[in-house]
Amino acid sequence: MDRSSHQTLLRRAIAPALLALLVTASPAAAGLILPEAGGGSKQAEDTRTLYIIVFVIGVIVFVGVEGVLIYCMFKYRARKGRVAAQIHGNTRLEIGWTVGAAVILVFLTIATFVMLPGIKNPAASDIDMNGNPIASNAAFASTDQEAPPKGAVMNIAVDGMQYVWRFAYPSIDDEKVYSFTDMYVPVGMTVTLDIRSNDVQHSWWIPALGGKMDALPGYTNKTWFKVTEPGEWKGQCAELCGRNHANMYARVIALPYEEWRAWYDKQATDIEAAEQAAAEGREELEQRKGEEAVQGTGGGSSTNTDGGSE
Amino acid sequence: MTRAEHAQQQQQRPARPQIITAKVRPEPTGWTSWITTTDHKRIGILYLWTVAVFFVLGGVEALLMRVQLGAPENTFITPERYNQLFTMHGTTMVFLVVVPVWAGLANYLLPLMIGARDVAFPRLNAWSYWMFLFGGLALYASLFWTPPEAGWFSYVPLSTKEYSPSGGQDAWIFMAHLTGLSSMLGAVNFIATIHNMRAPGMGWGRLPLFVWTILIYSYLIVLALSSLTATVTMLLTDRHFGTHFFDPSEGGSALLWQHLFWFFGHPEVYIFVLPAFGVFSEVIPVFARKPIFGYKAIAAATAAIAFLAMLVWAHHMFSTPSATVVLAFFMLSSFVIAVPTGVKIFNWIATLWRGTIEFRVALLYTVGGIGTFVIGGITGIFLAVFPVDWQLTDTYFVVAHMHYVAFGGSAFAMFSALYFWFPKLTGRMLSESLGKVSFWLTLIGFHTTFLVQHSAGLSGMPRRVFEYQSDSGWQVYNLISTVGAFIIALAVAVTLFNVVRALKVGAPAGPDPWKANTLEWFTTSPPPEHNFDAVPRVRSVEPMKDYRRQVEEQSGAPQRFETGRPMAHV
Repeated sequence: MDRSSHQTLLRRAIAPALLALLVTASPAAAGLILPEAGGGSKQAEDTRTLYIIVFVIGVIVFVGVEGVLIYCMFKYRARKGRVAAQIHGNTRLEIGWTVGAAVILVFLTIATFVMLPGIKNPAASDIDMNGNPIASNAAFASTDQEAPPKGAVMNIAVDGMQYVWRFAYPSIDDEKVYSFTDMYVPVGMTVTLDIRSNDVQHSWWIPALGGKMDALPGYTNKTWFKVTEPGEWKGQCAELCGRNHANMYARVIALPYEEWRAWYDKQATDIEAAEQAAAEGREELEQRKGEEAVQGTGGGSSTNTDGGSE
Repeated sequence: MTRAEHAQQQQQRPARPQIITAKVRPEPTGWTSWITTTDHKRIGILYLWTVAVFFVLGGVEALLMRVQLGAPENTFITPERYNQLFTMHGTTMVFLVVVPVWAGLANYLLPLMIGARDVAFPRLNAWSYWMFLFGGLALYASLFWTPPEAGWFSYVPLSTKEYSPSGGQDAWIFMAHLTGLSSMLGAVNFIATIHNMRAPGMGWGRLPLFVWTILIYSYLIVLALSSLTATVTMLLTDRHFGTHFFDPSEGGSALLWQHLFWFFGHPEVYIFVLPAFGVFSEVIPVFARKPIFGYKAIAAATAAIAFLAMLVWAHHMFSTPSATVVLAFFMLSSFVIAVPTGVKIFNWIATLWRGTIEFRVALLYTVGGIGTFVIGGITGIFLAVFPVDWQLTDTYFVVAHMHYVAFGGSAFAMFSALYFWFPKLTGRMLSESLGKVSFWLTLIGFHTTFLVQHSAGLSGMPRRVFEYQSDSGWQVYNLISTVGAFIIALAVAVTLFNVVRALKVGAPAGPDPWKANTLEWFTTSPPPEHNFDAVPRVRSVEPMKDYRRQVEEQSGAPQRFETGRPMAHV
């Protein structure tokens, strides 16, 4: 009696103890048995919670099935004089475990649909595009639906190409800003991503910030994230995209709004300057080409050239 | 004579064994006899040796990849070569190993298990084998030019002419054509054989469970492989003949490839795992000395898995641009398929329960395979939950999962089948002690290689990367994995040595060394060209048990396996 009560106690304690262990040990266990999550990304944290639910059920099933399997192997090992029980089946038992397996899956289905909105639907942004705090009770659409009202989120176009990520930011004051590999975002801003590709398939993934979404030519895929603390999170392309697939890195850098805005303005200026320099360079190149063409004609008459006389 | 009269006359005949061999010719010998053979047993052996060669090639490719990943920022292999290696490894293992191995084994065993003289279409059978071989050669011939490098799944646009201009991709397409046709013709042959050529008394309720799985495997092949051969033809015409099925700039769709490919690709998983389940279902009752628990449930679960297997393909595509309702449907269908799979596992364990278990190598591989497959099944549930899949897909977690399923299911069953049926195929016993060494090395090596890959995936390591940075934190996982891969290689080497040794000096097996249950043990080892001198009669799902009981009753000599006593010859 004493032994059986111990066993029931043990059995009752396993699941909650395991759950407690997972929750408390999560930062240390991240990566070993848990998916990454960081920067206060609700999407990644909810995914991790759902993962833990599946994991706990999985461990219980694992211990149960492997336990009975190994028990049988030792307990029923052939010995002299032992006779195998000639059992052909047991309908009630068989119906029982079929229903049992189905019940576990029904539970997992419910858990998934309870957790899904928190993972899939963009959370409310804390600030608007100008850095002003906004009411947190505004409701937003899911990734399937149209974008929320202007200013409530920051929409970045993510373009995958062999072998680099390009990010196009929304324009503030008619400035055109883009960056490669490093995506700069303001802390507390809900960022929605339009993920696209112009060549082969890629997959956008920053493990700590949430799940991956494929970039497929001809389609626009959507995901989102919101980080609540400054930091840097690394990721890389997750779908085979060619020989240097392993080197197609990405990084999300979250800055407080003012710093982000400073980066944004500087980037805008830099891009403008670079474009201007490039335009000048092109002009100069063409001019030089023109001159070379003039010289190249050798001793021929210069009247053939009509642009160089100015 | 009308049919009724004929039947009446048949009934009036005294019951006696029906002699089917009128004239016995000497068996043909020499290498030409192997090329011209239409004997299902010889074709089976050709299949199995060819598979063994491709298995070793695929294994070497895996080892090269593991060496490259053993250290961060390694320069052992170029990115180009690495992509070629994983493409060849995946293609080899799927198309040239785990599917044809069951075609080979079924070729040998199926007519014997149902008490038939040969398969329904022997010459078509030979054609199936040669198509398979040429398919494999078409792929491997690309080694002399440029091997394919777009992965075994050849996603577009990467596999289109623009991004994969080399002929390697075309070699891959021809491989899919040839092996696809080979599989389909073989499947039609198996279906016709099982439906029409069963020994008298072998109703559907007495069909050996391995034959049940081969029947379902064959139906799945007809449905899935026909889709694949059409799909790769579309890729071929896109590449060379100006069509635009998969080109978004011309109104095609890159997502279409994924739907069509996985409509084949997921049934393919059950194509290579259901016969493995059939092996488990044959081996366990023999060595537990118990009837299989829930025969009908296992047969029904096989059919249920096959039906559901056609409805789960898009769970490979959870991170593609697809509507939530689609994702939810494929999550639920993937959940549902876990139920019949679980039922099978419970039935196997219940068969072991209260049995007298003989720790033979065949049984060890079966139980090791089930234990390993269970882990793959559980991680499969993780991946079916699509929001969790968004984190896990395309990472090493999936690499781990699919090897737990494919290796735990198919490869362990392959070795189990080898140790179980080798005496029948050759008339000689494999060494049990070498087999046990090989088994424990396989089990330890496998889990060393693949368990840590779950962790690598959870810490963000994507699949199909030829290198990783030293600050990624994936170094230890990968080193452990590489060590494990070499342990598996050692295990395979021990078994290969065992095979070569047993062919020369293995103990003679006799017709029925395991005191097994099914009809292949009714004839000599190896069986004569015509299989049976007399058509066996079947009165239950375990006809050999009935025969042994009958002999015991008539002669008084004990025929049943005695618990605890080692069998002769072993």
